[in-house]
Order: sequence, then structure tokens, then C-alpha cells
Amino acid sequence: MVEKTPILDTFTYVFLMVGILIVGFPIIYSLIAATLPLEDVSKVPIPLIPGDQFLANMTEAWTRGNLGTQILNSFIMATGITVGKITISIFGAFSIVYFDYRLRVVAFASVFCTLMLPVEVRIMPTYEVAANVLSPVQALWDTLHLNGLVSWFTGHEFEMSLNWSLLDSYTGLIMPLVASATCTFLFRQFFLTVPEELCEAAKMDGASPMTFFRKILFPLSKTNIAALIVIEFVYGYNQYLWPLLVTTDPHMTTAVIGLQDLIPQADDLPEWNVALSGALLVMLPPVLVVLSMQRWFVKGLIEKEK
Amino acid sequence: MIKRSAFKSSYLPYILILPQVIITLTFFYWPAFQGLIQSFQLSDPFGQRSTFVWFYNYLEIFRDPLYLKSVVTTFVFSLAVASVSISLGLFIATMANRALKATALVRTLLIWPYAVAPAISGILWLFLLHPSYGIVALGINKWLGLAWNPVLNGTDAMVMITMASAWKQISYNFVFFMAGLQAIPKSLIEAAAIDGASPFKRFWAITFPLLSPTFFFLSVMNIIYSFFETFGVIHTVTQGGPGGSTNILVYKVYQDGFVGLNLGSSSAQSVVLMTLIIVITVLQFKFVEKKVQYTG
Repeated sequence: MVEKTPILDTFTYVFLMVGILIVGFPIIYSLIAATLPLEDVSKVPIPLIPGDQFLANMTEAWTRGNLGTQILNSFIMATGITVGKITISIFGAFSIVYFDYRLRVVAFASVFCTLMLPVEVRIMPTYEVAANVLSPVQALWDTLHLNGLVSWFTGHEFEMSLNWSLLDSYTGLIMPLVASATCTFLFRQFFLTVPEELCEAAKMDGASPMTFFRKILFPLSKTNIAALIVIEFVYGYNQYLWPLLVTTDPHMTTAVIGLQDLIPQADDLPEWNVALSGALLVMLPPVLVVLSMQRWFVKGLIEKEK
Repeated sequence: MIKRSAFKSSYLPYILILPQVIITLTFFYWPAFQGLIQSFQLSDPFGQRSTFVWFYNYLEIFRDPLYLKSVVTTFVFSLAVASVSISLGLFIATMANRALKATALVRTLLIWPYAVAPAISGILWLFLLHPSYGIVALGINKWLGLAWNPVLNGTDAMVMITMASAWKQISYNFVFFMAGLQAIPKSLIEAAAIDGASPFKRFWAITFPLLSPTFFFLSVMNIIYSFFETFGVIHTVTQGGPGGSTNILVYKVYQDGFVGLNLGSSSAQSVVLMTLIIVITVLQFKFVEKKVQYTG
């Protein structure tokens, strides 16, 4: 720092260590509990020396909680949300920033209205849409009395009823969560900082819009994409309310929700060692993603909110 | 805003934005519109018929003491989560910024709770604060002499979900404060030091005011976080209990809609919640734009 303050510096490091310990404590404590046999984990307080049941508890949690299937489901959901969001967003932002067309402002405004409103505020009607994703089309069809029109036109009785349920499917888990403008907003902000000259030069060389996108804009966006991959993966993996509603089939449950079954209730054996082993296993994928891609993650987090 | 050198094409921009528009229309505007309509209707328990009742559902929820209690609970909860996690995040970031040598290591040690799902954070804290098995609960009992029982006592339950929800937000706030601190020009701090200001004085007179944009931004983000994402914590830890003392608005929407099957009321609650978030967001933009103009 600016001047020498040995006492304050010592305090700084002490406080910092205490802070890190407080933040890390729940995990350290759970890790210890996850290594203990049942009779030790039911003592209060538990022994602070790790036991030798770590693998046994992990295996028990894995099989009892059916974590293999559930982590795979979470993984598919998170990947789907990440890829879906980034793909539609980068093209959407490209359209909004680099083209001049009549409905540009309308498109822009309608997409950005969704910025702060997560799926949680409209769960009930979104659930109904997921139960029949073609219901908006059906409603439009009925409002325009197209049944009557078609019957009159063809001379036969005609009744159209569209039904396509997304419940208990990966599409149903993914799609409603893709409907959000956060990534589009980030790409827009980034594209606006890309120098005009690049686009002018590309045009002068006769590049088509898609060539410009492929050869110049996409390579420039790679860091942003890496950052968004981390953020959206964690976001998707950790979703709770939407998967809870849209899946009823145990084979489609995601890991974060499935963990609920491992928590000991009042009348059960207090098998916290198994429950915590399960919790540690389930949190591992997103934690690893964040730690291994830390640099992009921090950059992305801060850029996203500018 | 648009590029000066925009491309011209009669069809390409429409094709490019089409997927986003279709998804937004299907999964955002259509449900939002349906929700709005349902909030003006009363339907029978079998969902067969519905009658238009104007603002009946809205009047009902604002007359319902349980709903008003839930509103208060939500505000208490979100303010508690925001203040605990922001102050701890700021404190640790300030310390980490002083310990210049270890910044990267400290960041690695503090950043990972961000990746822990709220529901899992709930499980970890449920174990720590469990009335019969939790070590922190034991500490509260023994050293503070308080009878701790989140299963029966509403205040205890509130403290428990606040801890579980604030814990994982500390790292989020830490990252932003760290970035904010590093953006403050060293010369300002040095000039103040030469004028004889102590480190504490410098923090309150220079660092803290310069962090105000980060501070306001994080307040809004933490409040929105505690409005919605904490659903996982509540569903795993308390299920809104005991006696509705942790029944925050989003949990009540879920319970009335999916468990109680009261469509009209649940939709009206959703609309109120949506309006609330829009108001908070608009206020944030206005306030931040007017009040806070320092960007390092």
C-alpha cells in the first residue's frame, strides 16, 4: 500500500483469512461429514477428523439418489441453454447492430423488454405453453375462425387441433429458459465497441454480411463467448423452479432437485453423510467450470452488467 | 444505436433475428399476456369455465392478510440477504485489495460459492443449523444461550434461509467490489495519504464514494436474486414454514398456483410481482444515471 502500516497489514491478512474460512466453512465441514460413518455423523458436534467412509458414502448417494441419470439431465439442460442462448443471441445482436431495416426498433424493444423478467414471474402460463407449445398458434387459428373458413372452402367439416407437449422433455426444460435477452444485450454492447473501420473495410473488399460475420465479428467475440459459456452453464445447471414444474418423470429430474430426496426427514435415519456426499457430487461440475475458466468468468460477469 | 456503416439487405436481418423473436413471443409475451388475462378471471376448480371478474383477484390478494404478510416477509428477507452479502463482500474485497500479493489466490478461494446452486447452499446450511445435528446451532445454544429451533420458530427459520441465500452471494459481490476497487486510480489514494489521511479516512472519504455505482448496482441485483433465485433455498429448507414465516412472494405464487390450483389469484400475484420488478429496474436505471457518474 501507500505507506507502511505493519499493524494494519497484519490485521488485513488475519481478517482476510477469517473471511475465507467463514466462506469455506460450510464446504469443509460438509466434506468432513461426508467421510464419516452414520454413528459419527449423528454425534453433536461431529468429530473433526475425517473418517474412512468417503467412497462408501459417495457410492451410496450416487445409487440411492440415481445421480448418474440426474447429473446427465442437468448437464444436457445446461448445455442446451448455453448453446441455445448464445446462438440465437449472437445472430440477434448482429441483426440489430449491423443492419438498417424498418422493424429494427420494434425487434430491439420487444427483445429487451424481457431483460429483467425471469421465468419465475410467469410460471403458471409458461407451464401451460409448455404443456402445448402450439397453443399460441391454435389460439390465433380459432380467433380468426379459420376452421369455418377451411370447411367452407373445402366443403368438408374441418377441425384443427394442434397439440405438442414439452412436459418431461429436454426441449421443455431448455426452451423457456432460452427466452431471455441477457446474452443479446451483452453481444450488442460488444458489437457497438467494434471499430466502424472494420466493417467499412470489409464492405469495400466486397464481403457479404455473413462473410463479415464469419471472418471478423465471430473471431473477435471469442472471449465474450467463453465468458458467457461459463455464466450460462452455471445458470442452467442450477435452475430450480422451472425443472421442478416441467418434469414429473423421475428419469427426467435434474440433479439439484433430486437431491431433495436424500435429505433426512424427521422420522428417517439421520444419514447426513449420504445427503452431503450427494450435495458435494452434484455441485462439482459447475464449480469446476467456474474455477477452470475463472479469468473469462470474472470478465464476463462484470461486462455483462455494464 | 446502430453502426454508421450498416449493411443493406431486404431479408437477412429478419432471418437472423427470427429465432430470438419466435422464442420470445412463445415463451415470454404469450405467457405474460395469458397471465394478465387470467388475473382478471375466476375459474372453477376443474379449469373448465372462467368468468371475467375485473379486479376481483387483485382486491382479494390485497385484502388477504397472508399475502400482505408475504410481502413484508419478502422485503425483510431481501433486505437482510442484500445487506449481509454486500457488507461481507465489500469487507473481504477491501482486505483482499490491501493484500496485493495474494489477490489471485484469494480470488480463487472466494469465487467458487457462486457456482453452488441455491438449493445446495440450502442443504449445507440446513446441516449447519439443524436443531439436533447442526454445529452452528449448538454454538448458538451454548454460547449465546438462545433456544434455537428453525423448525418451530419463524425468526430462526428466517435467519437460516438468509444465511443460506447470502452465503453464495458473497462471492458475486466480492468479484464486483474487487473490480471496482481496482478501477480506482492509485494517484487519488496517494494524494490523500500525502495530505495525511489515515487508511480508514481514505476508505470512507475516497474509496467508498467511488464505489457507489457498484454499490447501487449490487443492491438491485441482490434484491432481485432474493426475490426469485432463492426459491430453491426455501423449497429445500423450510417450504415456506413454519406458519408462513418464510413464505416469500415467488413461493406463494408457486403454492397458490400449482399446489392450491387457484389460477386467478396466482396470476394476479405474478402480475404484481412483475410490476414490482419493473419498477425496481426502472428506478435503478434512473437513479444510477442521475446520481452516479464516476467510472474509473
